[in-house]
Amino acid sequence: MTTASADAPGHDDDHGHGHDHPKHLAHHFDTLEQQFDSSKLGMWAFLLTEVLFFSGLFVAYATLRANNPEVFSYASSFLDTKWGAINTVVLLISSFTAAMSVRNAQLGETSKLKRNLIITLICAGGFMGIKYVEYSHKWHAGLLPPGLENSMFNPETPWVPEAGHHDADYLNLQRDTMDMAPAERVHFMTTLGRFFGVYFFLTGLHGVHVLIGMGVISWLILRTSRGEFGPDNFTAVDLVALYWHLVDLVWIFLFPLLYLIA
Amino acid sequence: MINLVPHLLAFQQSSSEQTPEGSLFFPPKASNFAAESDWLYNFIFWVSAIAFALTIIATVYFVVRYRKSVSPEPQPSPSHSTKLEVIWSVIPSIFLVIMFWKGFELFVDYRKVPAGAYQIQASGVKWKWTFRYPTGAESEVLHVPMGEPVEILITSKDVLHSVFIPAFRVKQDAVPGRYTKLWFEATMPGTFPLYCTEYCGKDHSAMTTTTVVHETRGEFEEWLKGALNPYEGLTPVQSGELAYTRRGCNACHSNDGSANTAPTFQGLMGLTREFEDGSSLVADRNYILESIVNPKAKVVQGFQPVMLPNGGQDLSDDERDFLVAYINSLKAN
Amino acid sequence: MTNTTPDVHYLNCEKGFKSWFWTLDHKRLGLMYMWSVIAAFILGGIFALLVRMELMQPNMGIEENAALYGWSKELGPANLYNHFFTLHGAIMVFLVIIPGIPAALGNFALPMMLGAKDVAYPKLNRFSYHLWLSGAIFFVLALVTKGLDTGWTFYAPYSLTTDTAVVFATTGAFILGFSSIFTGLNMLVTIHKLRPEGMTWFKMPLFLWAIYATAIIQILATPVIGIALLMLTIERVLGVGIFDPTLGGDPVLFEHIFWFYSHPAVYVMVLPAMGVVSELLANFSRKPIFGYRSIAFSSVAIAIFSFIVWGHHMFVSGQSDLVNVVFSALTFSVAVPSAIKVFNWIATLYKGSISLDTPMWYALSVIWLFGIGGLTGLWLGTLGTDIHLHDTYFVVAHFHFVMVGSAIFAFIGGVFYWWPKMYGVMYNETIAKTGTAIAFIGFNLTFLPQFIAGSKGMPRRYFDYAEEFASYNYWSSIGAMTLGVGLSIALYALLKSLMGQRKAAPANPWGAVTLDWQCTSPPPPHNFDHAPPVDGPYDHELVRWNNDLQGYEPVDPVDGDPNLARMGSAKLA
Repeated sequence: MTTASADAPGHDDDHGHGHDHPKHLAHHFDTLEQQFDSSKLGMWAFLLTEVLFFSGLFVAYATLRANNPEVFSYASSFLDTKWGAINTVVLLISSFTAAMSVRNAQLGETSKLKRNLIITLICAGGFMGIKYVEYSHKWHAGLLPPGLENSMFNPETPWVPEAGHHDADYLNLQRDTMDMAPAERVHFMTTLGRFFGVYFFLTGLHGVHVLIGMGVISWLILRTSRGEFGPDNFTAVDLVALYWHLVDLVWIFLFPLLYLIA
Repeated sequence: MINLVPHLLAFQQSSSEQTPEGSLFFPPKASNFAAESDWLYNFIFWVSAIAFALTIIATVYFVVRYRKSVSPEPQPSPSHSTKLEVIWSVIPSIFLVIMFWKGFELFVDYRKVPAGAYQIQASGVKWKWTFRYPTGAESEVLHVPMGEPVEILITSKDVLHSVFIPAFRVKQDAVPGRYTKLWFEATMPGTFPLYCTEYCGKDHSAMTTTTVVHETRGEFEEWLKGALNPYEGLTPVQSGELAYTRRGCNACHSNDGSANTAPTFQGLMGLTREFEDGSSLVADRNYILESIVNPKAKVVQGFQPVMLPNGGQDLSDDERDFLVAYINSLKAN
Repeated sequence: MTNTTPDVHYLNCEKGFKSWFWTLDHKRLGLMYMWSVIAAFILGGIFALLVRMELMQPNMGIEENAALYGWSKELGPANLYNHFFTLHGAIMVFLVIIPGIPAALGNFALPMMLGAKDVAYPKLNRFSYHLWLSGAIFFVLALVTKGLDTGWTFYAPYSLTTDTAVVFATTGAFILGFSSIFTGLNMLVTIHKLRPEGMTWFKMPLFLWAIYATAIIQILATPVIGIALLMLTIERVLGVGIFDPTLGGDPVLFEHIFWFYSHPAVYVMVLPAMGVVSELLANFSRKPIFGYRSIAFSSVAIAIFSFIVWGHHMFVSGQSDLVNVVFSALTFSVAVPSAIKVFNWIATLYKGSISLDTPMWYALSVIWLFGIGGLTGLWLGTLGTDIHLHDTYFVVAHFHFVMVGSAIFAFIGGVFYWWPKMYGVMYNETIAKTGTAIAFIGFNLTFLPQFIAGSKGMPRRYFDYAEEFASYNYWSSIGAMTLGVGLSIALYALLKSLMGQRKAAPANPWGAVTLDWQCTSPPPPHNFDHAPPVDGPYDHELVRWNNDLQGYEPVDPVDGDPNLARMGSAKLA
């Protein structure tokens, strides 16, 4: 790992690297390979931290579901599987284009790189768009965490079905809680509400990661336009693609656990 | 200032009035667990003390014997020794296994409640304990008979608390939303402190009461009969004053006009109240009754809606009436 | 004495606030971390003294104190105390002890110990420091707005409903968690990828093994406190229903997620400390550490086992009996590697040549203090005794012996050790040792009585207590003031060394042969021109005392560099 070259005259500040010091090589690394390896190792370690970060929420989900399996199942029916499935496909496509972009960068195919990055970004935007549709529907229906004021699961303002609503979710709830005593209904609704609490938290945190990813991919597109990436410098693309794959992977777990357990 | 030991109802002179002394390190050994717990403590102490002494003696000896002035150069010595590593891993491990095992055995005793144990419910709320007996009687002091297994079913009405009776060597957290339990058999008559030992806010240090161990079952039953109706023989205003303290209203509502987390009761009746939502009304009996049962219905301006319905207690209708009578008697100066 | 201080070094090569705030130099970052941590320690220490003043006598009301000092009456007497102990704990844990050694001493020394020019990610390193500052700002915000009275453990449901600056504090701790993760990431990759030729894993100085094991924990455990605090904050703000029992949630679930991080966290605090002690004992006995591999493996073993014992903080929480038994058994597993380290340390002293300079005083103190701290953990891991001792002052004494007695004393010892390298000056040993001795005595006086108060039944987090606990508390408070005096004197020794007539330090005052001592004091900006050749980290015969230098010099220096020792058969590439 030590470079064997004497300092050339006039280069007394390049710390012994010699005058073929590559532009992208940081001063504390000896070779590009060492630098790239270090970046990859660090990125994988960071992804590990992301997995552990989400794990706390998955533990909360597991505890909640283990204690209330039927209510959880029932709650899942309020989620639109269609949108969830579309989102899954959208993210998978974006993961593919992200992987392709790494290849493009390695081969110096700048225009293809830019195109693939843009498609990844559009897919991510599409994902967030669908999430917006889902979230706003729930906001209007009151299918919110029980602590929020306008949540129909708020135990301080117990939900009592009223006549005249046509929303399918509302009608289903009305039918299914009709025969319950008030106290039982409150308990049922609170438990149901907690599903939505976990739903919003899990998908929300995931959504934040998607947004961050969109920001970083945009930055990559900018750098691509400046011609910064090529066979000797594609680390950033590689690392961002790794991050994006993880974001996709988390969703692959979320989708069945939230949408497909009805 | 804060009263550490709440005002106790008068009871007959008996050995249960005394607070026995403990030893240098321990509280009195007042339950079936104490002797074993203390024995285990001492066992760990002696093993640790000897191990510690050996390490310190060796350290001091080496530092003195090999100090630079007498040992200017290090002498050749092995850099490692598998034999030593094994010895000083295995021997401590043996003691550790013994410690774990004895601890486990004692723990099994701690958790196995004998059949037919006398059940008392304990409910913690900021910052007071209420004990409920099978007859329906309630008290803020834990009374138990000596020589019989007693099981305490513990819960909390608000945040985490914990029941700790040092003399009995028992402890268990009070978790809101579920029941936990501990059991013991008191082996000595007397009064012993009972502390809350899970931080619960402002008056955590004051959420203390006592455990009174009655020497005979008869004595205990007699106390129990008297506890059934603590308001017997009192006027409504006197009953209200008693309810005001034993139900914990005094923790947040003063009776003398001084500021606290909740509005003062002094001069309340007939006062025009302004609420957070801008409305106002003149305080009357109905308003007070509603505020006890549903404190969040009308929140006074400048205060936080933190009170639980009924203050987290199981108030009877009579008690509510008593409280109204008491509040009515607190005229403004 | 020949002055070997170089004309240009990392401290004077660039000047001005921007050259420090935006620096990428790990040495400057390490220094800034060190002073930041010391400042936070002083703040946390002030809160500790406030706590001990209140506890000095029973019934010494904070009302009297409040009137005396003009504090806000709105907070009320009991509330003020609760803020004091909470802020003391939160500041010490999140701002001082967890970053402490890895961020300050690790940043300064680790790259040099590897013969490298910097850590793997200098920009991430700088970002880590800026994150520390941001986290600290949030804690200050909490302090100056509504304060914090939840205890550093933030247990629900109290933390969900208390009207204090919980969200500022959880945000601060969340940010500090990322600072810790990025530091761990940096150290892990640096050790993997930037080791010089010849430095195989088993030729690394043990401080590096300690930082490596710590980095593993930082990376795997810290995200979990992040999510725990995020969940708590969201629960408080949005009412999700995970922890809040009024919404059907489970407060004990918070305890599990919280302690899943917070137990490994204490090894983030202690492992680097043990690494420092290993370096100090080896170098001040002029001998290799006894049982190098044992110590290396036990560091990693402790890191791994630390993840499976968190339930021992929850024996009376209401978790199941079976879970309690399992956690108790597993807890004993972590005791064995810790004990092994102590025995190996002592064997290192055997047949050595022991110099009792200030850093060595700290290392020896740690043997005493960690001995007591570690052993008292046994009472708490044993189910039968923990029932009585949990949530009493016994626990408070135990964790202060390990967190302060071991981690902080080792940190300070490390500061005294590397100080000549950091600043190129020597401090007055007499003043330093006086402070050390007073601190040691004060520390023991503060916390030994607390064991007894605990076994007699004094609960934790009480601002007032029964008469029977009075004398233990009185002496404990006297001890706390003594400790404060001792530490102040030690700090004074360091500050004085920078003022007035400075005594220049040689490149290698202590005679260590790790690579951090084979450059000038202070080091040049880029540490080394080339990665130096390496053999074992503790071959003390490679250097000898030079009276002129008042320090050690290489027996066989590498051409062109008077500080670089030619080692073994490794040749300059």
